[in-house]
Formats: sequence, C-alpha cells, structure tokens
Amino acid sequence: MTQKEWPLWEVFIRSKQGLDHKHVGSLHAADAEMAIQNARDVYTRRLEGVSIWVVESTNVHASNPDDAAAFYEPANDKIYRHPTFYQVPDSIKHM
Amino acid sequence: METLELTQEEQFQARIDADVRIEPKDWMPDAYRKTLIRQISQHAHSELVGMLPEGNWITRAPSLKRKSILLAKVQDEAGHGLYLYSAAETLGASRDQMLADLHSGKAKYSSIFNYPTLSWADMGCVGWLVDGAAILNQVPLCRTSYGPYARAMVRVCKEESFHQRQGFEIMQTLCEGSPEQKAMAQEGLNRWWWPTLMMFGPADADSPNTAQSMNWRIKRFTNDELRQKFVDMMVPQAEFLGLTVPDPNLKWNEAKQGYDFGDVDWEEFWNVVKGNGMCNKERLQARVQAHEEGAWVREAALAHAEKRKQREAVAA
Repeated sequence: MTQKEWPLWEVFIRSKQGLDHKHVGSLHAADAEMAIQNARDVYTRRLEGVSIWVVESTNVHASNPDDAAAFYEPANDKIYRHPTFYQVPDSIKHM
Repeated sequence: METLELTQEEQFQARIDADVRIEPKDWMPDAYRKTLIRQISQHAHSELVGMLPEGNWITRAPSLKRKSILLAKVQDEAGHGLYLYSAAETLGASRDQMLADLHSGKAKYSSIFNYPTLSWADMGCVGWLVDGAAILNQVPLCRTSYGPYARAMVRVCKEESFHQRQGFEIMQTLCEGSPEQKAMAQEGLNRWWWPTLMMFGPADADSPNTAQSMNWRIKRFTNDELRQKFVDMMVPQAEFLGLTVPDPNLKWNEAKQGYDFGDVDWEEFWNVVKGNGMCNKERLQARVQAHEEGAWVREAALAHAEKRKQREAVAA
C-alpha cells in the first residue's frame, strides 16, 4: 500500500488577547480546516489559546543558520543604536 | 594554523558544552541526528502504545468521574505522541516511516506497556508508578540539547503531573476502602513495582551508549541514578498508602541517604524487550489494526481536500 502522507502544518497560537501568535509545533492534516481542528485538539486541551494560525510547512522560508555570523554582522558595531551609548548628566531628569 | 581551527564537530560540541540549544537547520553530526531520531521516535511510540493498556479500562471505569479522567489522560498520551513525532520530523524523519518501523517491530517502545492491566488498581499503578517513573526520565529532558525535543518535553511534563496525581488518588481511594480494595491495591503494586524499575533501562555497566548521550546532553542522568531517585521517592509514598513494596532487600541506608534495594531481574527485562513479554503481540496487533482500519479515512480526507482545492481554483 503506497499512501501519500497528509501535508505538514506549522501551528501558531495566541495564548490570550493582546499577545502575539507564537509557534508551538507542527502536525499533519489534509487541509487548513482540519489543521486548525487538529491544532485545537493537540495544542489547546488546557485553554492554552484563543486564536490559532496554521501555515503549510512548505510555505515557510527561513534564514540559513550557517550564514548567521555574516547575516547579522551589520548590527554588531552600531552600539549607538542603544540608549546606554549616550551619557546623560546626573542633573538631567526624565530622560 | 590547522591546530587553531576547530573541526565542525568540535564546534558543535563546544556549543553543547556552553548549553546552546541545537535547532533543526543547524549543522549536527550524523550520529547525533540518528540517536535523537531513535530516542524521540521510541518515546513517541511509547506514548502511542501506552494508550492501549488504559484504553482497556475506559468502558470499565468505576464511575463517570473516573471515566472522564481516564479519557482525558489517554487523549493526553495521543497528544504527547504527536508532539514527539513532530519533533522527530524536524530532524528529517518521516511520520509514515516511523510508524512503519513501529508496526514492523523494527522500532522499540517502552517495555512496560507489554504488561497486562488486570484490575482497576492497575490504573492507579500505571498513573502513580509508571507515570511517576516517566516524569523522572522526562523532567531532565526539558533541558536536553535539541531545541524542538526540549520544547516538546516541557509540554509533556506539564501535563504528566496530572497523570501521576490521578493515579495516586486511585491508589489512596482503594487503600482507604474495604479490605478487598486494599488487597487489590497491594496486588497491583506487587505486579508493577519491578517492571517499573526496569523502565529506567539496563544497569549503567550494560548501557554502552550512555556516555555519548550524556556528552551530547540528550540524556542528563544515568539509568541507575534515576532508578535510585525513583526508589527513594516512591518508598515513602507506598508507606503513606500502607502498602508493602515487594522487595525483601529494600532497606534505608543512612550513609548514602537513600534506599538499598534488590536486583532487577534482567533476564525478564531482555526477554520482554526481545518481544516475548505477556502482551507484545497483542499491543502491536492492536496498533497495526487501528492503523489499517483508519487507512480509508486518511485517503478520503486527502481526496476531499484535493477536490476542494480544484473547485476553488476553478471558481477563482
């Protein structure tokens, strides 16, 4: 018996109003509707969520960890982007 | 020049030693990947097969409350299996292949589920002892070096503690009941104690892969260390219940601040691992049957999704 696997979906859950959706894992489902229903059963059995996103895993494009050093290097030497770079006289308040 | 440069493998080990988590797309040695796939899929299989001995009691639970709890627990185990399979898939393993390996007998699952659940007290013992042992194994894995595995384990551990407590509550209720009920609890403990001690795996001297797994931080304590912890944890709980641990050699050792206990019957252990336990055939058969009988559902759902996609494409 040769049978095609159901596609893989990545699951993102908003745990409560006001917070971002966060990646929680993945699951297999035949379509998006089933993926959302399965995600409810697999990832929110204890009220962990108020909203679910599913994305077919093949549609996720990711940066390459091997390039991480060069890729994030431009931010490395720009300490002036942080407030602690600047010296504020002690007598100045509310800054 | 060459002496200063670390090999890829040395860099990898340095990250592990610094407690940096490894993520799916990071470089990793083949052996690390293979060991993890084996360990995680075995763990997932155990959750899946673990539903069977308890599923056996859902229709026989003594009250609606116990039935609801047992249903929720078995559903959690299906969930735990799914978290773990998806963690293994991030390493490149395919779900179908993992299931095929389980069904062909190539892949192993925890031997504890090859013992029968004969009385209601066994539901207590499975929760209290078996899940208690599982928690000891699993809590350290929340800090394991592979990110998706560690995250899955955090989720599993959160849910597992309900499992253990409901098991203890079953035992406590039996122990506070009639003499027959208390005898049933003792009889359950008598049968489950030793198989539970075997859950931690062979003695350290017979576990050649432990050192490498500890180096990679996919295992954080040795089998014997965890077994000792378990005994020290459970004996006072058995005493509280008024039950006797079935080990004539069990004795408090003041010097080591832990219990000395008798030898596990390793011949029995290996015999069950090799497939000759009381329920090996029955469990595997039930799994294969469920999988085969569900095949038409999987095919139909896929066909339905395909048809709907085409219909939407035409409409657009």
